[in-house]
Amino acid sequence: MSAGAASADRLAEARALGLTDAEYELIVDKLAREPNQVELAVFSLMWSEHCAYKHSKKLLGRLPTEGPHLLMGPGENAGAVTVGNGLAIAFKVESHNHPSAVEPFQGAATGVGGILRDVFAVGARPIAILDSLRFGELSSGRSRYLLDGAVSGIGHYGNSIGVPTVGGEVYFEGPYEQNCLVNAMCLGIAREDRLIRSAAAGVGNLLVLMGARTGRDGIGGASVLASAELDSEDASKRPTVQIGDPFEEKRLLECCLELLERETLRSLQDLGAAGLSSSSSEMASKGDVGLDIDVSRVPLREDDMEPFEIMVSESQERMLCVIEPDDLAELEEICGRWEVRATAIGEVTEGRRLRVLDGDEVVGDMPVHALVDDCPLYDLEPAAPPEQIYPAPPRVLDPGAHARESLLALLSSHNLASRRPLFEQYDCMVQSRTVRRPEQADAAVLSLASDGGEGAIAVSIDGNGRRVACDPYTGTVEAVLECAANLACVGAEPLGLTNCLNFGKPEKPHVAWQLERSVAGMSDALCELGVPVVGGNVSLYNESGDGPIYPTPVVGMVGALPDAALAPGSGFAEEGHVIAMVSAGLAPSLPGSELAKLWGQELPLGLPDIDVAGVRACIETVRSAARGGGLATVHDVAEGGQAVALAECCLAGGVGARVSVPEASLDALFGEGVGRFLVAGERAAVEGLGDGAAVIGTVGGDALEIEGFGSWTLRELRGASAALAQAFM
Amino acid sequence: MRFGVVRFPGSCDEVDALMACERYGEAELLWHGDRDLRGVDAVVIPGGFSYGDYLRVGAIARFSPVMDAVSDHALHGGPVLGICNGFQVLCEAGLLPGALLPNAGLRFLCRQVDVEVVSGNTPFTRACGAGDMLSIPVKHFSGRYYAPEESLRELDAHGQIILRYAQGHNPNGSVADIAGVCNRDKNVMGLMPHPEHAVDPLTGSSDGGRLFESLATALAPA
Repeated sequence: MSAGAASADRLAEARALGLTDAEYELIVDKLAREPNQVELAVFSLMWSEHCAYKHSKKLLGRLPTEGPHLLMGPGENAGAVTVGNGLAIAFKVESHNHPSAVEPFQGAATGVGGILRDVFAVGARPIAILDSLRFGELSSGRSRYLLDGAVSGIGHYGNSIGVPTVGGEVYFEGPYEQNCLVNAMCLGIAREDRLIRSAAAGVGNLLVLMGARTGRDGIGGASVLASAELDSEDASKRPTVQIGDPFEEKRLLECCLELLERETLRSLQDLGAAGLSSSSSEMASKGDVGLDIDVSRVPLREDDMEPFEIMVSESQERMLCVIEPDDLAELEEICGRWEVRATAIGEVTEGRRLRVLDGDEVVGDMPVHALVDDCPLYDLEPAAPPEQIYPAPPRVLDPGAHARESLLALLSSHNLASRRPLFEQYDCMVQSRTVRRPEQADAAVLSLASDGGEGAIAVSIDGNGRRVACDPYTGTVEAVLECAANLACVGAEPLGLTNCLNFGKPEKPHVAWQLERSVAGMSDALCELGVPVVGGNVSLYNESGDGPIYPTPVVGMVGALPDAALAPGSGFAEEGHVIAMVSAGLAPSLPGSELAKLWGQELPLGLPDIDVAGVRACIETVRSAARGGGLATVHDVAEGGQAVALAECCLAGGVGARVSVPEASLDALFGEGVGRFLVAGERAAVEGLGDGAAVIGTVGGDALEIEGFGSWTLRELRGASAALAQAFM
Repeated sequence: MRFGVVRFPGSCDEVDALMACERYGEAELLWHGDRDLRGVDAVVIPGGFSYGDYLRVGAIARFSPVMDAVSDHALHGGPVLGICNGFQVLCEAGLLPGALLPNAGLRFLCRQVDVEVVSGNTPFTRACGAGDMLSIPVKHFSGRYYAPEESLRELDAHGQIILRYAQGHNPNGSVADIAGVCNRDKNVMGLMPHPEHAVDPLTGSSDGGRLFESLATALAPA
């Protein structure tokens, strides 16, 4: 066989692994020779979109990453902020979209497992999970299957490992029919001085692999699955989805935290996408060192695995750490106690090369910087589409319907119905920090008292893809403001944000435009709020034969509040309480709203501009009022507008209300837009809010009555809002 | 008065139980691999998924070394409280009658429920009166209590049914709405609701605290 033929074979292999011809040439250039099979496998993963962010890295540089509370920014396994008293909260959101679209239970379960490992990899005990889910309309059997599987999978992993799932969100829209989204967020707590980084250090130190044996599951997950669009052959990709074992991870988690407590570890890194390849090269790159890995020492599930398979396997529940050789005995003792497998598989070297050995034989030898830093970055070529690219949703409500019927239709629509059938499948209280559970308030509230902290933290996750599809810039501004508004409802001030950018194929000009505009909106909103991004994730190629998903930037925001006991709920609390609307003065509008969706209206191309500074001021007013303890109820007006928000307050409190809205129009009732809150409490407290608050009625009775529009009994509202239960029959 | 809370690999609520116990007495964690109960007065078997519970719930934990010691403790009249997974373990170990099957809805369920105290005449409920309603959360996949008809009659006859779900609150299809039972000697109790998650109004309710309070007073030196 001639050299040329060998090269052609290798090139064909590179293409099959998702590399372009130019990228392959560059690898040959960096190595000064053709890569062998092991090296090609490692490069193909490290240079995949999932690992290298090659279409998004330039854009992400625009996001603010500095803030007064920031301890650890983007680049580590998870970011972290200080909450005072020497305590840090680490957090991150990550996607597991394509695995979940192929196998929802395991895809979602391992998504949770992966984000948990990211958080304890920085030395923090995971204390809360949130999830952000998108599926097609539930009229489709596939969507019901994906929803059921994903929710069961999230619950299975989180419940079994003893970390509460405290919040989340879910939307159902046609464009997610083939390509569902499963994003999971995790928060962890640590003493600030115990946060640990992943940089490998100390030539001669040992590299130890802890946790599960390595098998053939998840091979090619990052490249074949996560960095390409979905197609009809997806069932054949099931073997690329990993299988989760929460019991293994529970022991691994407790074991790692004990090792950290005893200061046995020099650095720690989880094994996620691209397995050993990515974790080892990132540790080496950050530490500016090299690593030797002997794959013959890696404990295997199947003993005939090839070196390249061992390097790229995405088997779950594994961690990689660096220790000093003298600490091996202590590590083995602690791992033994937790029944966690631990094997020294290599060592830290000089020379910044990742060398893969199979016993005495060198089977791969690559410069670390080429793997981590030299992947070509691509400029996007954004172009705004001349018209809306998404089809109008199907009409399910006559636009002539009266307000009475419209409110019930909205409450029973799957985007707005009560999430109880989902969140009741999750343990929301384990670890005893949960002060506000799902549907009790707009954000989850977790007390820090048992950790020796003061006050509490609050967390919320948001991202309405349809609004972003209408206007990528403004829709993303809305998502950030919505998150900050949710925190304000419980009196929390934002400390940091994590994001997961779920978009389609970035080579398409209109997808590039969505991505570029969305990041611009996020950046502007965060700068105005003074909130930094602490880390996140980008998930591209969320497309199927039907086209791209709605552009879906999901943002998770963490805030702090001084006194958890004062945090208002979202439900009306007591007969006689006065209800007011606090508003930034922006006119709500119907295009792009939930009601417009039910009408089957086209998505507009563009949403009304937002006065972000004005909304910020409104949010601050609400936050300080919520902290004061005078308000019993604070609820953000979001999807479905004022009428739906009122109904939600009635349902959450189990009591009616009588209100009259100043402007008697469908826009005022059901129109959407940021910067509006419903508040309720004793008259003095509500009137104390000043001019920004307009009194609209009082709490009481067993019906919601909106003057001039109609009256709905609590029973009627409850019946409509229970619509999601049918999806789980 | 000292509580010992057993920690299995896969336990989830052991620290919650420890913190709840500490409100009413001293408390420490006991390791699943030890046969020594370190002289504690009462043992709590907490919630979670001991050993992963990939087999039948509680089926492996009953064989752990610590359970030998717990059985001895129970046979000598020492109080043992099993919560959720702990209840499942005690049934598997034969210390309590009956079994816990997958929920009627075949889904994990986390929900605040009302539970009625059937008998205040046990070391676990002496701070309550019969008929008292307690608001306590449940969270489990396998919480459907089952015992054959004849056993149920015996349980009833000997006052071993301690807690029942209030009308309309049975979350899992448990027979006769049973939420908690004890042994004939009334020193071993198991319940599916989580009293350790109901010890502070800030996190939902303090009603569950009355079970720990009962134990603490029952064991306090006279």
